[in-house]
Amino acid sequence: MNSATVRNLLVRGMLAGLAAGVLALVAAYLLGESSVDKAIAFEDAHSHEHEMEVVSRSLQSTAGLATGVLVYGVAFGGIAALAYCFALGRVGRFGPRATALLLSGCALLTVYVVPFLKYPANPPSVGDPDTIGKRTTLYFLMMLLSVLLAVAATIVGKRLAPSLGTWWATVVAVAAFAVVIGLAYAFLPAVDEVPKDFPAALLWRFRLSALAVQAVLWGGFGLLFGELAERLLKPAPAGAETGHAVPAAR
Amino acid sequence: MAQTVAPPTATTPAVPAKLPLREIAPWAVFFGILMLVLLYFVGAEQGATSVFNGTDVHEWVHDARHLLGFPCH
Repeated sequence: MNSATVRNLLVRGMLAGLAAGVLALVAAYLLGESSVDKAIAFEDAHSHEHEMEVVSRSLQSTAGLATGVLVYGVAFGGIAALAYCFALGRVGRFGPRATALLLSGCALLTVYVVPFLKYPANPPSVGDPDTIGKRTTLYFLMMLLSVLLAVAATIVGKRLAPSLGTWWATVVAVAAFAVVIGLAYAFLPAVDEVPKDFPAALLWRFRLSALAVQAVLWGGFGLLFGELAERLLKPAPAGAETGHAVPAAR
Repeated sequence: MAQTVAPPTATTPAVPAKLPLREIAPWAVFFGILMLVLLYFVGAEQGATSVFNGTDVHEWVHDARHLLGFPCH
């Protein structure tokens, strides 16, 4: 084990992030774009001034969407791979593949679902342009808080494991995470800027599709990166440290 | 889970070796920051704050920003 392992994992994480980004892009295009188009139609019907189009809708919904989703996939793939280097062998009795899927699931939850439950994704025409600064700050704050708390909860869980046992240490750590996130939900300001006659069903469909995009991204990443990491790491420990025969792959 | 090391069988995969923290740190710092910059350009540039003038970046990633859950406008 040397720093080449870290580099190899990072490269694989970014590649797996790119591939997962392609899957997420397909999901976003098929599930989300119709809601975006309907929301823009609503916006056009309700606003008096007509803005000049800087980038055409057909480019925004294809090449623009692809740029954003793929860069997002690569960036989070890289960050997840680095987090994986820290987590590997430190979070419990999980092999390389299981650690990857566990990390992915936790990332989906802490990076997306937790901030989403307080500040959900909004389609065009939902949101007052004058409050973009405040909403952006709150969203990134919620994301940061959620990730830091998850890391803290993991460390606390590890510390408690020898005295409480793995099961109850995990329960306590997760409960502590939930309580603090609940306090953040309660005390951070609410954002409700949905226009009065905006169709509720459209808002719901848009938010569900945004959630589906993330589920596809992180699910795909966990499986792909897990497989790559398993293949990279499996031969090494066989002879080197443990001395045990590596069980056949399942 | 103090000293109870069960002999590995077909159902208990070996726990992978830890990577030393000092090996990870330089990669984590450099690439961590690089990845956060990428996320900033997808998620927030020319919205709340701007590095470049205009709205080209914002308009180009507009749909991605909405569907990835970032506040857009």
